[in-house]
Amino acid sequence: MHQIEVRDVTLVYDTPAGRVPGVQDVSFSLEASEFLCIVGRSGCGKTTLLNILAGFLAPAAGEIRIGGKVVTGHGLDRGIVFQDFAQLFPWRTALENVAFGLEMKGVPKAEREGIALKQLQLVKLEKFAQSYPHHLSGGMQQRVAIARALAYNPAVLLMDEPFAALDALTREEMQRILADVWRETRKTVIYVTHNVAEAVFLADRVVVMTPHPGTVKAQVPIRLPRPRDPLSIEFLEYQKELLRHLTEQAAEA
Amino acid sequence: MRWRAVARTAFPFVVVGGLWEIVARSGIFPRRLFPSLEEVADTFLRLTAAGVLPYHALETVIRLVAGFGMAAVVGVALGIIMGRSRRAEDIFLPLVSIGAPIPGLAYAPLFLLWFGLGNVGAVILVGFVSAFPIILNSWTGVKAVKEIWIRAAQAMGANDRRLFRQVILPGALPYILTGLRLGLAQAWRILVGVEMLAAVPWGLGWMIFGAREFLNTDVMLAGIVVIGAIGLALEKLVFQRLEQFTVVRWGMMTS
Repeated sequence: MHQIEVRDVTLVYDTPAGRVPGVQDVSFSLEASEFLCIVGRSGCGKTTLLNILAGFLAPAAGEIRIGGKVVTGHGLDRGIVFQDFAQLFPWRTALENVAFGLEMKGVPKAEREGIALKQLQLVKLEKFAQSYPHHLSGGMQQRVAIARALAYNPAVLLMDEPFAALDALTREEMQRILADVWRETRKTVIYVTHNVAEAVFLADRVVVMTPHPGTVKAQVPIRLPRPRDPLSIEFLEYQKELLRHLTEQAAEA
Repeated sequence: MRWRAVARTAFPFVVVGGLWEIVARSGIFPRRLFPSLEEVADTFLRLTAAGVLPYHALETVIRLVAGFGMAAVVGVALGIIMGRSRRAEDIFLPLVSIGAPIPGLAYAPLFLLWFGLGNVGAVILVGFVSAFPIILNSWTGVKAVKEIWIRAAQAMGANDRRLFRQVILPGALPYILTGLRLGLAQAWRILVGVEMLAAVPWGLGWMIFGAREFLNTDVMLAGIVVIGAIGLALEKLVFQRLEQFTVVRWGMMTS
């Protein structure tokens, strides 16, 4: 049995201009510990899909099962990292931010701070445990957000373009750190991005989505050994393949 | 470096004091109506030593604390409820929006008729008038809490009670503090005004207004100095510290 099953998920937005399909009949599945990237241009419904997976939106048709259970709302089986740096709570230190989920679960203070510190070590920020978010750079804030989403040990990590607002150099560093984190934690990850190179660097498999309406265009397994070399021929071939899927649709449109 | 900071702070006071002395000694106004700084300081010390000034000040501060305290509790609570509940917002926002711009002193005769001359009427008026900015700012603060904080907290399993205490309250704090600050200034103004209406015996406003009968401008000025000093102390010792300790430390507001 697959760990995550997305089956015929459809969601329609009601707008003043009429009903606009957000995603239509989207289906795919994930094995446990798989790293899946969803790639597509803006408006292809990839963030909508992630919000359905997170339980913030309910699909009009179809269903999502995680570990066999139908998703009906948010739950501690999923950790979420958003694109916006502002997702951290400014009134909490890095450590207190990471400990938030454990606090909600009722884990005693000493224990949850121990766990939170380990999570910060995982993203190499243990030195900044007592810093408030506004003293951290954007990249550091996103790493704290990753540690926070992992701290209460969810089975699945959902990430919505977490590095899109970072500069290119920092972004590459973040991708390497995330690849390390994934190797150590073996979480099932669904990672939304519009960056083709990022998808090839991180993913076991890439789902390509195209807009109007948002549908799955192709699924491309990335069969490259890790750590991956973004300058290798094979890496570039995969990028070309993904781009071909993305542009074909644009030409038809 | 330290004395330079002191000098910079003192500079405007020295200039204004100097100009004051020039006018006082020039004879433009009769001496009785425009006393020199020395006379004001003399009166200040005399009234302080006699216990008159501290007593008036204490009366005023007690009324202020009572009225503003009520406004703070009710205002923050109502503002937050309005921010959280659509129905409460529909009911109270129009009322608060109409009431807020009305000068507080306009209500004074009504309140004095309803609640009588004396402390009760004065304190209720102060509480009523200073609640408006507190309500409006608390409401805005709740509305301004970032959606992403709420989402993140819900995703991490926060229930409604925890969401409120751990996210909405600290998230709205910059606005709530601003509201309290404005409310306090409002309370201060209306209180001195209502004391002048002779609604109460004692109090700085009453002292200042009473002093006009005997042309005691030095008493008036001593009273004004005390009002300014108390206001400044509340600002520096209470609000600035509260902000330093919370929203400034969190980077939600610059000092």
